[in-house]
This record gives sequence, C-alpha cells and structure tokens, in this order.
Amino acid sequence: MVSYIWAFLIIIGLIYSFFSGRIEVINKSILANATEALDLILSLLPIIVLWTGMLKIAEESGLLDKFAKLLNPILSKLFPDVPKDNKALGYISSNIAANMLGLGSAATPAGLKAMSELQKLNQKKDTATTPMITFLVLNTAGVTLIPTTILALRVAYNSGNPEIIILPAILATASSSIAGLTLDYFIRKKKKKWK
Amino acid sequence: MEIISKIALPIFVLLIVFYGVKKKVNVYDTFLEGAKDGLITTFNIFPAIIAMIFAINIFLDSEVLLFIIKLLNPFIGGINLNVEIIPMAILRPISGTASLAIMNEIFQKFGPDSYIGMLSSILQGCTDTTIYVIALYFSSIKVTKIKHALWVGLFADFVGIMMAFILTNLFF
Repeated sequence: MVSYIWAFLIIIGLIYSFFSGRIEVINKSILANATEALDLILSLLPIIVLWTGMLKIAEESGLLDKFAKLLNPILSKLFPDVPKDNKALGYISSNIAANMLGLGSAATPAGLKAMSELQKLNQKKDTATTPMITFLVLNTAGVTLIPTTILALRVAYNSGNPEIIILPAILATASSSIAGLTLDYFIRKKKKKWK
Repeated sequence: MEIISKIALPIFVLLIVFYGVKKKVNVYDTFLEGAKDGLITTFNIFPAIIAMIFAINIFLDSEVLLFIIKLLNPFIGGINLNVEIIPMAILRPISGTASLAIMNEIFQKFGPDSYIGMLSSILQGCTDTTIYVIALYFSSIKVTKIKHALWVGLFADFVGIMMAFILTNLFF
C-alpha cells in the first residue's frame, strides 16, 4: 500500500513537472532532499531520545502497569465478550497506556500479543471477532497525551508555544475514538438483531 | 485551557521521576538505557524519512496539486484551504512518515505557529496510521475477513480530521 503511494507521488510529480516546466525546480529539490531529511531526523532525535529514556523509568517502576490498571474498568465495559480475567485485557490496557504516552515502540508488541490472545477465543480463525474490531478502533484512533515527534519538530522550527497544540490534539483524538467506538457499538447491535 | 497544555509535560516528568525514586528504581541508569533504545529507533526510521521526504517534495514541488484544485474548484468552490493540508489529511491514516514529511514542509514554509502550522500539528496528533495498524495486527494472526474494522477505523479518522479543523478555528 505505502509502496504504491510512494511510487504514485514520485511518478505523478515528475510527469506533471515535465509538462509544467517546473522540472528545474524538481532537479534542485532532488539534490537538496536528502539534506532536508537529515535535518528532520536531527530535530526529532533529541526529544525522542529524552522521552524514551523517561518512559523507560515509567516502565521499570511499574508506573505504566499502574496506569494500565486504571483503564481496566473502562475496558471490561468495552469488551463484554472477553472474560474478565483473560490475559488479552491486560495486553490491551498496556497497549493503550503506551500509546497514550507516545511510546509507539512499546505499544506494538503489547498490541500484537493482545491480538493473539483474542485469536485464542476466536471460533472462526480467519474472521475478525467483535472484540478485535473494538480493540483496533481504540488503537487506531491513537489517543496520545504527549505527542513527542510533533513537539520536537515545533521546537526545532522555533515555535513560540510548542506545547499549545497538546490540548486540542487530545480533544480531536478523543472525539475520533468516541465516534469510532459509537459506530462500532451500533454496528454490533444491529448485527445482533439480524441474528 | 492553555494551562493544561503548558503543565502536561512537566507533570508527567515529575510523576515519572518521583514514582521511579519511590519504587527504588535506578532512575539514571534506566533513563540511559531507554534513551539508547530511542536513539536506535530514530536511526531505524531514518531510511523511511529520507524516502518520504523525497517523494513528498517531488509531489509538492511539481505543483500538480494546484492543477488538481483548479480542476475541482467549480465543485468545492470557495473553500479556502492551503494546498498542503489536503494531501496531509489524506495521507495521515496511511503513512505517519509521509504526513510528518508534509508537516515539516509546512513548518518550513509558514512556521509552526501560523494557522496552517497549528492545523497540521493537530492533524498529525489526532490519529494513528489506521491502515498500517489494521494490516499489521490482522496479518499477525492470519485473519483475512476483517468485517467492518477498516470502515470504522477510517470513519474515526475522518471525525478526528474534521475535529482538527474545527478545534484549530476555535482555539487559534
């Protein structure tokens, strides 16, 4: 998927610029591109390194688990089909907790484990179950309390107020999660009626 | 409202360090260990960043978007949108790196504190790479029939993107 989009951007861009006479600009930008990528990565690097260091402390001290436990009561309501003592719920909450703190690399392993636990409860192995879908909706809406990369880049470009976007971003992502979960809930209800 | 944004980060740092000390974690060494992981992660995404900056810049510099918008103008009429924000909104659910590359472009041109700079920041923060996550998670357990997962995910993204526009107008 990403592969097609990548090729599409390059091919469309180049073909159009041959016609529009912007090929000279493109020529320059191809050469400058790689440097720009390096600048970007260098401006992201400090905050990412700092924040992963911080979060490692949170992980080791058990703060992340504690945070995940806070989510448990909400989760058992969202996943009525999963038994309360099932491992899947634990993985789901640590996935969500890690995502919230902007710790994507810790979120993915927990998420994959949650999926394989949910698969154990699955009757038809090639078909998604309702808890799986609910989990993915929750996950892809991506509630992030501290958006580290965005903050890093804003700092790098000398923003006067780099952190000002945190609250609106949280509100936007929260409404996206709620909208997704609501739609998911109604689809589930409707399907039950059909049965 | 602004105060919440301002104190979120310091409070998190305080909470993490305080709790770490309380639980007798060797906070300094643990920090270094985590920071090293962060360094490795950042270098691991470097090739993807190069690839995406390369493609996005060619696409944006060709100004093919101006042409497309001219074509669409009679239909969308009057909506005054910055050219870069549309592909960013479209690419956000597909590739986080691609939308990051566009955000970088926007910061460079207009600055992070401009209206469009704020909008792109919130847009980048409001959702995850839905299509990638769905593909990865379902393929890891070999589920092929994903039912309504994709549509609900994209619907949530759409709501998030709309909210990003609304909130930017409301806040800034």
